[in-house]
Amino acid sequence: MAKYKIVHYINNFFSGAGGEEAAGMRPEVHEGAMGPGLALLEAFGEDYEIAATVVCGDNYFGENLEDATAELLSMIEPFKPDLFIAGPAFNAGRYGVACGTICKAVEKELGIPVLTGMYEENPGVDMFRKDLIVIKTKNSAAGMRKAVPVFKNLGEKLVKGEEILGPDIEGYLERGIRVNYFAEKRGSERAIELLVKKCRGEECPTEYPMPKFDRVEPTAPVTDMAHTKIAIVTSGGIVPQGNPDHIESSSATKYGIYSIAGMERMDKKDFMTVHGGYDRAFVTEDPNLVIPLDVLREMEKEGVIGELADYFITTTGTGTATGNAKAFGEDFVGKLKEDGIGAVILTST
Amino acid sequence: MVKEIERVGIPVVHICTVVPISKTIGANRIVPAIGIPYPLGDPTKSAEQSKKIRRELVERGLKALETPVSEQTVFE
Amino acid sequence: MKLELGKIYIRDVQFAEKTYVKDGTLYVCKEEIEKLVLEDERLTGARVELARPGESVRISPVKDVIEPRVKVEGNGAVFPGVIGKVGQVGEGRTHALVGATVITCGKIVGFQEGVIDMSGPTAKYTPFSQTNNVCVVIEPADGLETHDYEAAGRMAGLKTAVYVAEAAKNLVPDEIVTYETKPLLEQIAQYPDLPKIGYVHMLQSQGLLHDTYYYGVDAKKFIPTIMYPTEIMDGAIVSGNCVAPCDKVTTYHHLNNPVIEDLYQHHGKDLNFVGVILTNENVFLADKERHSDMVAKLAKYLGLDGLLITEEGYGNPDTDLMMNCKKVTQAGVKVVIITDEFPGRDGKSYSLADAVPEADTMVSCGQGNLIVHFPPMDKLIGTMDYVESQIGGYAGCMNEDGSFDAELQIIIASTIANGFNKLAARTY
Repeated sequence: MAKYKIVHYINNFFSGAGGEEAAGMRPEVHEGAMGPGLALLEAFGEDYEIAATVVCGDNYFGENLEDATAELLSMIEPFKPDLFIAGPAFNAGRYGVACGTICKAVEKELGIPVLTGMYEENPGVDMFRKDLIVIKTKNSAAGMRKAVPVFKNLGEKLVKGEEILGPDIEGYLERGIRVNYFAEKRGSERAIELLVKKCRGEECPTEYPMPKFDRVEPTAPVTDMAHTKIAIVTSGGIVPQGNPDHIESSSATKYGIYSIAGMERMDKKDFMTVHGGYDRAFVTEDPNLVIPLDVLREMEKEGVIGELADYFITTTGTGTATGNAKAFGEDFVGKLKEDGIGAVILTST
Repeated sequence: MVKEIERVGIPVVHICTVVPISKTIGANRIVPAIGIPYPLGDPTKSAEQSKKIRRELVERGLKALETPVSEQTVFE
Repeated sequence: MKLELGKIYIRDVQFAEKTYVKDGTLYVCKEEIEKLVLEDERLTGARVELARPGESVRISPVKDVIEPRVKVEGNGAVFPGVIGKVGQVGEGRTHALVGATVITCGKIVGFQEGVIDMSGPTAKYTPFSQTNNVCVVIEPADGLETHDYEAAGRMAGLKTAVYVAEAAKNLVPDEIVTYETKPLLEQIAQYPDLPKIGYVHMLQSQGLLHDTYYYGVDAKKFIPTIMYPTEIMDGAIVSGNCVAPCDKVTTYHHLNNPVIEDLYQHHGKDLNFVGVILTNENVFLADKERHSDMVAKLAKYLGLDGLLITEEGYGNPDTDLMMNCKKVTQAGVKVVIITDEFPGRDGKSYSLADAVPEADTMVSCGQGNLIVHFPPMDKLIGTMDYVESQIGGYAGCMNEDGSFDAELQIIIASTIANGFNKLAARTY
């Protein structure tokens, strides 16, 4: 039987090239295992081989993220590995970011399972925990011995496509992913038991911790509205008749950009709403209730605002994952910038 | 979406019915709308009146965009 | 109030010349049901089909599910103000055909009707794969307005359930369970040392396809009120809505509300179940504020030590939920919330649209965005024409062989947010 192939990523320090003085080294590829890879190789046993070790200086990686990633990918790809392991980076911040970045890229570009490991306070953890399985390690290389069997166990499961269990059981850092399971008792009974404990002042652990939503500093105000170009964005689910891009009526996974060039108002002949979260009867009759095109056109003529962008951006808000909404935003802000948009009116139902 | 727009430095006003959600997700300039089935306007009134309500809301939105804020602010 | 619920267990359903129950089998007369449903001019077609546990059958798009119940002793009739005359219910004796349901399905009204598979990998997500279902497939008259279609569908289901339940009237129940809640002062005095517990039942009331009725009153038109828990068992609350299928509280789930059922199980042991506060979910912020104020006021007025809150639907009702939780907590009452979650298909986003620090004790009913595979079934009751636009479906999700992929939320009551199921979510 052919052995499963692993490619391993390590930094300048663990390759033996040196510390800070070698941190600028460019990507290199070495056949076989080296440094911490030797311990991994031994643990994985005879069905596995470390086909190659790729090395990059932490500073070079950090200063040339895209180039370093591309170079490394081109070195890894020819080995056709079954598994990619980076680090572990322990508490080395730059190394952690490098491990996370290259793992994410390998998973996306080569479509193979990836694994890395870090100490939980490594800044790379928060950047990548949702995307990757990050094995929990101690804060220094002294923790390697303990980490090795965890790499082996998870690596094997990933290669064989077996189910990965919870973070505490498997030994990786909690990823913040909500996964379904069947509990022993139904929800109402569990809730009542928790409430009785809560009333007694006993510990009553929540099944869903409240998230901490992040915040953005308010931008400076618009100083010259009469010369500002405004764009309309909505989560009200307004789309052209027939919903050409099939935007979902709930839990949207996409958004649309549609023209309003030359239109004086939102005509019900042209637009409809697919929003599944409210009684659509009113908006179906008059889409201006969500996209106030009629009054914005007036204001444009009156010179109250400079100009209205000749399109609007739209999606369905109800049940739409915050991650998706964020991704939509990140995706379309480039266009807003490019088109010289000076202010946005975002409407929600 | 609001935050991603604001993050790149474009002022944005969120005109919405459910102000608490807007606050929770982190909009900084918020204008309360009329209601979920008809945020901008009131179709139970005449077309002229509904439009007038819409115009007032948009004007309030523009005013919010022109107002310096240092924290989440609801423009009632 | 004291209610005896006589349970007649149904293990099979068959067609027959007339409708009756014998030896645990429910026999139904197809023609009589079809005739009854077609009395409504708004409907031009009605077809009755049966679906039993383990069969290779798919039912879609499902509108409502109802357990047949009939009043045997005591005041009023089942579904008061909707089918029966308005009149106080919740006392005396009621018979239920446990293990049987009436399911309404047919052409969608909106996007929000769901799927039930009687067998296969997705059957475990819905309680109705385990029941013997009398399915009424309805056809609306041409050009019937959506609000009217919803009402016609709702009435068709309730009328059929009442018709079927007549068969239970003169039977000797297999089991009788007695539920009793006394007037407030007496109830508190009965178990003076146990914590006084209430239940805030939030009724979906947001408009078309999102309405619920209490004694026939549209829930968006009432202000928060107090209910004896036994009233709900006689059909005081009727579902007139299809929020996302997964967390739709069907009329069946009102009749069999798990929070009320389990609170009675604990009643007198480790808690004193005092009563239910009914409130609604509103589309105007002022209503949300006013009604959550009132919920907190009632909780305090009843002298509660703790209460449970459940909501129906997701998105902006999460705000009603959080407002209720915050204000009740601030009134000095301990709160546990039961909810389902929508963190995206990858499970990585926030699960609820709103959050307050007071919501520190929550029970999860699972995440509804997970994609699941529905294999082909031998028989379809209803139509699959709308799967791609039903909530949970998406463009291209349907395959030629009749199989499809969709988010878990397309399955009726899969993540129902009142804790009826064992499905839950945890963080990986």
